[in-house]
Amino acid sequence: MEYTDNDMSDNLLLDVKDLHASIEGKEILKGINLQVRPGEVHAIMGPNGSGKSTLSEVLAGDPAFTVTGGEVDFHGMDLLSLSPEDRSHEGLFLSFQYPVEIPGVSMVNFMRAALNAKRKYFGEDPMSAGDFLKLMRQKRAIVELDNKLASRSVNEGFSGGEKKRNEIFQMAVLEPRLSILDETDSGLDIDALRIVAGGVNKLRSDDNSTIVITHYQRLLDYIKPDFVHILYNGRIVMTGGPELALELEERGYDWIKEAN
Amino acid sequence: MSSLQQYIDLYRDNHEALDRGSAPLLNAMRPAALKALEGARLPDTCDERSQYTSVEQMFAPDYGVNIARVNIPVDIAATFACNLPNLSTLMGIVVNDFFTPTSTLVNRLPQGVIFDSLRKVATEHPDIIEKYLNKIAPQTDSGVALNTLMMQDGVVIYVPQHVELAKPLQLVNIFSSPTPLMAARRLLIILEDGAKADVVVCDHTQDDAQQYLASQVTEISLGRDASLGLYTLEEASLRTSRYAQTYVKQHDNSRLNHHYAALATGVTRNEFTVDLIGEHAESLLTGMAIGMDREHIDCNTAINHRVARCHSNQVFRYVMGGTSEGVFDGGIVVTPEAPYTVAYQSNRNVLATAEARMHSKPRLEIYNDEVKCSHGATIGQLNEEALFYMRSRGIPAAEARVMLMQAFMADVIDTVGLESLRDRLRHLVEMRFSGQAATCRRCSEPTDN
Repeated sequence: MEYTDNDMSDNLLLDVKDLHASIEGKEILKGINLQVRPGEVHAIMGPNGSGKSTLSEVLAGDPAFTVTGGEVDFHGMDLLSLSPEDRSHEGLFLSFQYPVEIPGVSMVNFMRAALNAKRKYFGEDPMSAGDFLKLMRQKRAIVELDNKLASRSVNEGFSGGEKKRNEIFQMAVLEPRLSILDETDSGLDIDALRIVAGGVNKLRSDDNSTIVITHYQRLLDYIKPDFVHILYNGRIVMTGGPELALELEERGYDWIKEAN
Repeated sequence: MSSLQQYIDLYRDNHEALDRGSAPLLNAMRPAALKALEGARLPDTCDERSQYTSVEQMFAPDYGVNIARVNIPVDIAATFACNLPNLSTLMGIVVNDFFTPTSTLVNRLPQGVIFDSLRKVATEHPDIIEKYLNKIAPQTDSGVALNTLMMQDGVVIYVPQHVELAKPLQLVNIFSSPTPLMAARRLLIILEDGAKADVVVCDHTQDDAQQYLASQVTEISLGRDASLGLYTLEEASLRTSRYAQTYVKQHDNSRLNHHYAALATGVTRNEFTVDLIGEHAESLLTGMAIGMDREHIDCNTAINHRVARCHSNQVFRYVMGGTSEGVFDGGIVVTPEAPYTVAYQSNRNVLATAEARMHSKPRLEIYNDEVKCSHGATIGQLNEEALFYMRSRGIPAAEARVMLMQAFMADVIDTVGLESLRDRLRHLVEMRFSGQAATCRRCSEPTDN
């Protein structure tokens, strides 16, 4: 897939400036600032209810949230003005904390629709059936996703681990520039965690970036972050290197809460 | 005054002409029908079983009736321009109420099988007509009596004992008239013991701007071990009204798989009455409705378990948009004589707009303790979470909605026994949900006419 390169802003892939967002009148994000450059891995950690999932959903364009202030630049584009589907085409991918089951829609039709929508967006013809199946096979291998799952309805009857692997499979197919992994480690046993993290690492490059949202240091043993941010009460209250995650693991979140 | 009166008057003034255009055996049934209509009226909103649909109002306007049997030309190629792709059928066409076999039909029907004009069969095989016509539908019912009073022709499908039809039969109903028209349509389907057939029926209109009204009575008798797949597709127009009454009698170990799809209509009232009178009979009744504009679609079912060890299942799905209104009134009766009955019912509905309406009413009357029965009804919206999930993967909102609505219909379409018809239904449903007219007109394959 060819991308149009209109990256003008000091080699930033994502630039979030003072982002505010609310749901049903309740403000959840209270001024988020975050800069991500190509090739970087950022971890966002924080206690429950601090706004981690909200941040990922607002970036992906979930209509349930209202953006009340701030701006987001995504490789030179005004991200917040784009529809969720155009954000996807432009290279943003959200791996859902709770992937949605869609009975009656087969994985194959789902992925074909997604892939061809993206191709159409870039003025390309739909992929041939043969090429599509070949691509599916290739990408399935990255997360060891069973062919049987691929022929079923989207996420229907998948185990927790299979759902998360399916998310990374979709990510592999869509080749995003920025992947946001929202608690991809939750509900995974250690083998599934290794497979999922291995998949993410295989997809890493100098051009694409990853935001890992997690509660635990554990995932960061597999996906090494360049930066660790602590989100608390709708703001990023601390940023550091990988050592910050270790410190959190040791001290818990209370000292953060007390300091803020 | 009931809207029946204009038809009673019409009959009194024109009964000789009416009789001339029909067959003596059919004419002999009219006096009893007339008697049944005296003081009667059609179902109305004050009747419990027709709470949301006034059949009286459907019949109130002044439609013409083609009693003199003036030949109305119809451009079949324009109205029904396609065959079922990959499905070779033996086809008969009814224009208003005139039956016309296709050339292939005449030559290729197996020995003893009848797929022909009711008027003709009444003369050539009076034994069949005397045995079955108006013996399955209740003659005292006002809708049936009206149809009997006005019918001049119709269609008979007769499959003798142990004959299994390799090819599906297809009946194409077309409305065509320069002025508003009412047609009394009749369909009699007889499968003798051990017979097997698939029948596809589709309703079309020649001119979407014209007003049409169909009074349609279908009687079905399934002998012991007989098996019928009956698939009805309604692809009419907003100005078409249809009052369709279907009565089925199933003998021992017979199988019925009846599917009804409302793809386009104005006002439709369907009544399905199935009497399970032989043990181990199985009845599957499925339906899907896609409501748009101001369409009104009412399916009223009554499955009567009259003997032991029968199995019935009803699955109905509606997606209602625009200002359309849907009704599902699903009846199951288990009589004291029917222990070990298994009867299921499921009706799920999606309201796609704030103005659309859906009424769902399961009616179970169980007079026996040894039964396994269940029913479920839901009315809701498309899953917003699923919609966002799909959009986040790049699938445009409109396309995602179509996929979700199609998925909602998937389990009903899967019950259809003919694979090529399933494919066709998926395609028609997709077109309909994409906002296109779901008609056969867009297909390129010509008929053999």
